[in-house]
Amino acid sequence: MARIIVVTSGKGGVGKTTTSAAIAMGLAKKGHKTAVIDFDVGLRNLDLILGCERRVVYDFINVINGEASLNQALIRDKNCNLLYILPASQTRDKDALTQEGVGKVLDELSKDFEYIVCDSPAGIEKGANLALYFADDAFVVTNPEISSVRDSDRMLGILSSKSRRAERNEEPIKEYLLLTRYDADRVKLGEMLSLEDVQEILSLELLGIIPESKSVLSASNAGMPVILDEKSEAGQAYADVVARYLGEKLPHRFIDGKQGFLRRLFGGRK
Amino acid sequence: MLNTTPALEFKSSTFFAPILILYTNDLAAIEQTLHEKINLAPEFFKDSPLIIDLRELNKQNQDLDFTQIIQLLRRVSFFPVGIRGGNENQNKQARALFIPIDTVREQGSSIIIGEPQKPEAVQQPAAQLETVAVKEPSVRPVPIPPVAATATLVTQPIRSGQRIYAAGDLIILSQVSAGAEIMAEGNIHVYNTLRGRALAGVHGNTAARIFCFDLQAELISIAGDYKTSEDLNKQTYNHPVQIYLQNHALIIKEIA
Repeated sequence: MARIIVVTSGKGGVGKTTTSAAIAMGLAKKGHKTAVIDFDVGLRNLDLILGCERRVVYDFINVINGEASLNQALIRDKNCNLLYILPASQTRDKDALTQEGVGKVLDELSKDFEYIVCDSPAGIEKGANLALYFADDAFVVTNPEISSVRDSDRMLGILSSKSRRAERNEEPIKEYLLLTRYDADRVKLGEMLSLEDVQEILSLELLGIIPESKSVLSASNAGMPVILDEKSEAGQAYADVVARYLGEKLPHRFIDGKQGFLRRLFGGRK
Repeated sequence: MLNTTPALEFKSSTFFAPILILYTNDLAAIEQTLHEKINLAPEFFKDSPLIIDLRELNKQNQDLDFTQIIQLLRRVSFFPVGIRGGNENQNKQARALFIPIDTVREQGSSIIIGEPQKPEAVQQPAAQLETVAVKEPSVRPVPIPPVAATATLVTQPIRSGQRIYAAGDLIILSQVSAGAEIMAEGNIHVYNTLRGRALAGVHGNTAARIFCFDLQAELISIAGDYKTSEDLNKQTYNHPVQIYLQNHALIIKEIA
């Protein structure tokens, strides 16, 4: 049986798709056969981030409607042969998703894959609800700003009440925090919430801090998950996230940011 | 398959009802005081069930025509649903009017709001309206919230957008996030940070209280009287507090 991971946030633009692509690639790179599904029907993006947009023939909705088989729709990643992408439909909307249909696709994928990563759309409507409904684990992607934290908190409420696990009274979804677009310098200036501020409200197990990094945007534009950019801080941070999720104990990095030359010389501000 | 749904079922439940304690048998005085009280909160008292407490009256050996008081109460839109502390004759009249008789337990006494009345007090009220009685061995100067029949215990964090409703008391061990709403007909206890909205005594129980470890609430309310975070005193913000109602004012007191 596969482990189903939902990457969710409530708020848009916080880095769900970037995270989905990165961790799916990370898991596959570690030797685990992984599928990543784009639940953002109508606003298909995951294929762009993974650089497979020109190979999309069939999509998730085609599979749900029985117009294509799963094998026809799954796209094998060109960088890692253990990673498969199930793209969203760009011409349909979220109403095309049904709980029964999603369940059937996930069941079928579960037979063959170790991990299934569900890239949730923003919002708390049907697409987001179906992306999390079948999940075993949730990666809650949050930016260090108050509206993102509030929306994540809302999402956590939905995770604990509207999932299949909650409905069946099973062990609840395991929730992890991923703090993305974190800028340690701006945190020090008080312009951004600190890790402690965020944790005071969310109090979740921290899987990693992804520092704000130019490499994320250039990786997206190049269609390469940022985790493959091993030189970049964001890439390393995502590699740490995957390792921690798989059980490795690693100290958290990128909380304090880079130590500048002048700051080293004169002593850091608290 | 046989349809085994039963025609009916008996269940035990607890209700809150105001108790009307009479201090005089002067019907005109009672009617006037009742009108004054009702005018303060017409919606609250309209069609409200009511239990009539005659103990004080009978202590003073003032007799009362029970039928007349019932007619008066119905006229001002109360539904009398019980009598307690009546004498033999009054109980007989009650039975004839199909009003149930509540036998008062020895220790049962109602809550005294504010300082207990001194006997020589000049302004003896004709009638006093109170909510539900609670077991209390001796008269105390401060009210004690009624003990609810059931308490709901929540150990999970209450996230933004979630709502919890408890028919009795509500006890929460984890944090209540901003944007969450917790409601109880009785008291609310939050042994953690309270950031959301907390509404106690939602059915009008003015003796209900809110207790929390760290007050950062968006809104607090007891029996409909509320304060938003903007109105909260900075001194009690971020402190462990209890919140109760006194003369329609929310009192927020730090718990040392």
